[in-house]
Amino acid sequence: MRHILAGMITELGHFALILAFLVAIVQMVVPMIGAQKRWGSWMAVAEPAANAQFALTLVSFGALMYAFIVSDFSLQLVVANSHSAKPMLYKISGTWGNHEGSMLLWVLIVTLFGAMAAWFGGNLPPGLKARVLSVQSAIGVAFFAFILFTSNPFIRLETPPFDGQDLNPLLQDPGLAFHPPFLYLGYVGLSMAFSFAVAALIEGRVDAAWGRWVRPWTLAAWVFLTIGIALGSWWAYYELGWGGFWFWDPVENASFMPWLLAAALLHSAIVVEKREALKSWTILLAILAFGFSLIGTFIVRSGLLTSVHAFANDPERGIWILLIMGFFMGGALVLFSIRAGVMEAKGVFSLASRESALVMNNLLLAVSCFVVFVGTMWPLVAEMFFDRKLSVGPPFFNAAFTPFMVALGLILPVGSVLPWKRARLLKAMKPLRYVFVLAIAVGGLAFAMQTGRSLIGPIGMFLAAWILMGVVMELAQRTGRGDNRLARLTRLPRADWGKAVAHGGLGITMAGVAGLTAWTIDDIRVAQIDQPFSVGSYELTLQSVEEVRGPNYLATRAEILLTQGGDVVAQLVPEKRFYPVAQMPTTEAAIDYDLARDVYVVIGDQQSNGGWTVRTYIKPLTNWIWIGSALMAFGGLLSLSDRRFRVAAGARKSSATPVPAE
Amino acid sequence: MRRLALILMLLATPLAAVQPDEILDDPVLEERARELSKGLRCLVCRNESIDESDASLARDLRLLVRERLVAGDTDDEAVEFIVARYGEFVLLNPTVSGANWLLWGAGPLMLLLAGGGGLVYLRGRARAKPVTEAPLSAEEQARLDDILKQ
Repeated sequence: MRHILAGMITELGHFALILAFLVAIVQMVVPMIGAQKRWGSWMAVAEPAANAQFALTLVSFGALMYAFIVSDFSLQLVVANSHSAKPMLYKISGTWGNHEGSMLLWVLIVTLFGAMAAWFGGNLPPGLKARVLSVQSAIGVAFFAFILFTSNPFIRLETPPFDGQDLNPLLQDPGLAFHPPFLYLGYVGLSMAFSFAVAALIEGRVDAAWGRWVRPWTLAAWVFLTIGIALGSWWAYYELGWGGFWFWDPVENASFMPWLLAAALLHSAIVVEKREALKSWTILLAILAFGFSLIGTFIVRSGLLTSVHAFANDPERGIWILLIMGFFMGGALVLFSIRAGVMEAKGVFSLASRESALVMNNLLLAVSCFVVFVGTMWPLVAEMFFDRKLSVGPPFFNAAFTPFMVALGLILPVGSVLPWKRARLLKAMKPLRYVFVLAIAVGGLAFAMQTGRSLIGPIGMFLAAWILMGVVMELAQRTGRGDNRLARLTRLPRADWGKAVAHGGLGITMAGVAGLTAWTIDDIRVAQIDQPFSVGSYELTLQSVEEVRGPNYLATRAEILLTQGGDVVAQLVPEKRFYPVAQMPTTEAAIDYDLARDVYVVIGDQQSNGGWTVRTYIKPLTNWIWIGSALMAFGGLLSLSDRRFRVAAGARKSSATPVPAE
Repeated sequence: MRRLALILMLLATPLAAVQPDEILDDPVLEERARELSKGLRCLVCRNESIDESDASLARDLRLLVRERLVAGDTDDEAVEFIVARYGEFVLLNPTVSGANWLLWGAGPLMLLLAGGGGLVYLRGRARAKPVTEAPLSAEEQARLDDILKQ
């Protein structure tokens, strides 16, 4: 009985997906024509269509998830990526832990954002709203077609096997279970910025209201990307077994490039909103940010640049995505080149001003994104055009990318205290001189206390102190003089708090990255049972090693006692696992987390003399990376909850006559 | 799928990186070997250095690097030795030679270009005459009042 029900639900999901595709086509065509001809009833189609599209896709996604939960092995996808003995969490996350399912999640989020624009777009002029929803739906159409024609998750098997082939054990992890949904929310969130940009280009009008409208979507996308990237990086840190947090892997870069551009877009949209300048640049950024999301999808899905994440190395799918990318980027950029001239800047400002500082911020973020892009694509370019088979690895990125972040960190506190329009640079920077001296002192202290002569640690500490104390100084300045400064502080708009928290988060992350990179201690040895050894200021004792059985794996589990100066710090239990179904081993490092440092222990093989290989790392300030990332995301959320986005979003007069596109 | 499984297996064999029996007795040589290993790619892995990788080929390369250092090679000589056998692909840090100038120059060059463009824009903004705002129409004013009242 149950399998008949499961079969019905699967078919229902498939049917809903096809229906959603059809609705998307209608939503792409009808409202756009309506907006051009100013036919209200045609424009009004967009809203119910957006809702229907989302509901249908949700049904479809739900049906697929149901198939994974009940292990319906009549579905080819479930067979290839699931197993009945898998823990429930990973059955659920298995839905998107594969190519087809992840594309369905992608399109679900496209429709979700479309529906959200319909729900919250009450203040939007009907023409703009219809066009935005139409463009958004065009993206949906492309990806629905991609799924239905090349990556259909609902393909059935005539003779279902008894059990499935299991999900890649590396992906069976709580950190990674939620990494893709957040990343996709971020990638696809940028599609909203794209849709707004294209709609504005078609309308030929970009004003402060547009800037105010596009910013929350970008902010939301950026927050999701931040969380997604941090989760992925945290996963790599504890799961891959040697405590790296960033590998400059093509797929990591694929998520990092949109993050950098989204960060730039966030800041340039402020200039559009407050000063009606930088309009065409902001439009271009919105187009490019989504373009890089598509490039990211292409890199992951095509397997062009081989990586652990590429579940689908299928050239045909790669070509599809390349076509989708070519169509949307090409179309948008052509439209941009025709229409950009119409965007006239209004704000006037001098070289020393907040506007200029934000331009520099954009410059550094955009160029650093370009560096990552060139580095990621270079092996391909070198092979195709110069006949050189070479690698571009972390040493290149560390050398070529880091200077931009250092420069960004240097100008951040200055830029954020500069007044708009016209500033007297020296006067504005006056309160910062103490901060600067203190930050130099912090950097100097770090240099004096470290053993080596590397500058990475001290520079990182200096930047972190400079940014953090700069934030504090700026908040102090905002309260003015006299009484009630605390009260004034609490009454600052949420956007200001968001800015302070996010900037502070960046400083903390920089400190973490520098500390981890510069001051990690590692130790590799054969440890005998009950013979203590010391690493840094800690002593470790391997107490026992035993074989244990997990739900779907076998493990070698070690007990290690961590002490410092005779006091017990922690009992560490590193594991080495083997997943028999997937025939794959994994390492489960044991980590003693602490604000000052992580102690990271990995157990290896038994040696011929009876001892075990034990790898110990002491990683200073590692947690600052994640804490800082969490603060950045939280700052974004604070800013998102600011009153002006809630109330005046799109406060453009509804009957304002848009300039129709010729 | 099988290719993927293979890649993943190479990537995730349980014991990562340098084994205790590989470590040289001379800590200075060992430190140099570790540094060099971080810049050499494990040829059968994805973006991983031989210092991090656990593939047997990575181990062979690590041993080779140490052998060369013990034999008295300088760092450059040891790396050259490896590159001569395994090709440029083995270097994680691409050399600054030939077309690679484009790779290394991309960032600074773009910064100059974009910086120049930015400067021109900013100077233009500083000299521009302020645009006088068109007053709100009655309808716009009504809408504004409406929103402010919310």
